[in-house]
Amino acid sequence: MNRKHTLALTAIAAVFLTACAAPMPTSADLDKLAKDMASRSFRAQGQAKLDRLEQDEDNRLCSDADSKGVSVTEADAKAIEARNLASIKAPADGKYLGDFKAGEKVAQSGAGKTWTDKEDAPNGGNCYNCHQISQTELSYGTIGPSLYNYGKMRGVTDPTSATAKPIVEYTWGKIQNSRAYNACSSMPRFGHKAILTETQIKDVMALLLDPASPINK
Amino acid sequence: MNQSVGHNTKKIALALSLFVLSSVALAQKSSTDSIAEYRAMLQDGNPADLFEAKGEDLWKKARGPKNVSLEKCDLGKGAGVVKGAWVELPRFFSDTNRVQDLESRLVTCMQDLQGLNAEEINKTPFGKGEQANLTALATWISAESKGMKFNLPQGHIEERKMYEAGKRLFFMRSGPHDFACATCHSQDDKRIRLQDLPNLTKNPGAGNGFGAWPAYRVSNGQMWSAQLRLNDCYRQQRFPYPLFGSDATIALGVFMGVNGKGGEATAPAIKR
Repeated sequence: MNRKHTLALTAIAAVFLTACAAPMPTSADLDKLAKDMASRSFRAQGQAKLDRLEQDEDNRLCSDADSKGVSVTEADAKAIEARNLASIKAPADGKYLGDFKAGEKVAQSGAGKTWTDKEDAPNGGNCYNCHQISQTELSYGTIGPSLYNYGKMRGVTDPTSATAKPIVEYTWGKIQNSRAYNACSSMPRFGHKAILTETQIKDVMALLLDPASPINK
Repeated sequence: MNQSVGHNTKKIALALSLFVLSSVALAQKSSTDSIAEYRAMLQDGNPADLFEAKGEDLWKKARGPKNVSLEKCDLGKGAGVVKGAWVELPRFFSDTNRVQDLESRLVTCMQDLQGLNAEEINKTPFGKGEQANLTALATWISAESKGMKFNLPQGHIEERKMYEAGKRLFFMRSGPHDFACATCHSQDDKRIRLQDLPNLTKNPGAGNGFGAWPAYRVSNGQMWSAQLRLNDCYRQQRFPYPLFGSDATIALGVFMGVNGKGGEATAPAIKR
């Protein structure tokens, strides 16, 4: 073998060794790699501070399952739902429903909490981004189920009645903290994460459950 | 008389209901079909052409403190090779020892070849100064791969690590709304309002979505680079501000681009 060949072979071996020398990190190491990457890839802007990158345990478990294409374990799902359910408080004055017209405005607005939003401006509910609600609004998203006729379909004729109580309380809870009923729901936790005020949530409740609301006609 | 009033009322009611019906139909047309029609119409004269021309000029022009062109810039296929470079990015570069996307790679070349300051370019707001030049360059370079199929390399371990990190970042739920990229982009045939959402975890969504940017946005009359597209996704996700050319944005590019393997490059596309 001449010198040229030896050199070429050595070069090939070197490339081969570099490629094979470092094995693929373990899944846990890759988790850490991604976490470190996130922590050095963002900066604070407006109200969007870096603490938003810190996941709570619920998000950590759901994200991990999502990235593996599986569901969270039954035990994890139960634990997530239990602690989120515990966060839900009934309205202080016992009144669950506000004004459906104001509720429609909250449902229409997608504003709030981005780095371009003013911190003191009211946040929106983003409802139409994912749900059909009224029949007149044709620009609605499809990530969530249709909420058209939400109250009517569930037989709500008097939201203050004993028969309506379970669905009224469930709807309240779902808007306050969706993860109480579905561990890894995609829906924001409007009450728990202080996206909407109690008054705004009451107004959205009225939009969905008031028999006078246009969506229940 | 009463009968005639009743008759008229009926007529008015009928006319009104027809009006309501037709306006609903019109609204339906204006909100879905018309967007597609409008886009098709604009395809004949995509304003991205102007950015392409500017980008090609910038590539060939001697500029910067060193007064040289970018014609010796290595985008991954050898110095000066532009055609087909974009459908293989992001990829690993041994000179920087980093996986880079088109924009961050261009910044490397602007610094190394032309003597421009990379840190300053990275900090410049989108659409201003050298960032505007960068978008034009990316527009022309992506256009040179138009119609080609995505084929991001995954041979280097750093490229595989970036894919895995990108996957984790894609599914990372956080912030006040608990949103991840996956919240909107991991299912088929979903919409936000009327906007169709590509499923970026597989084809055709990954190739279609990733492969369309840079794109000209009709709604604000701006040319948006892939970095700006991701930046605005993170804004709407309620995350903090992603640094230009940061590893997280590049890892997401690797994740989407690899998922889009075999998909056709349509950039520079035209968007609503």
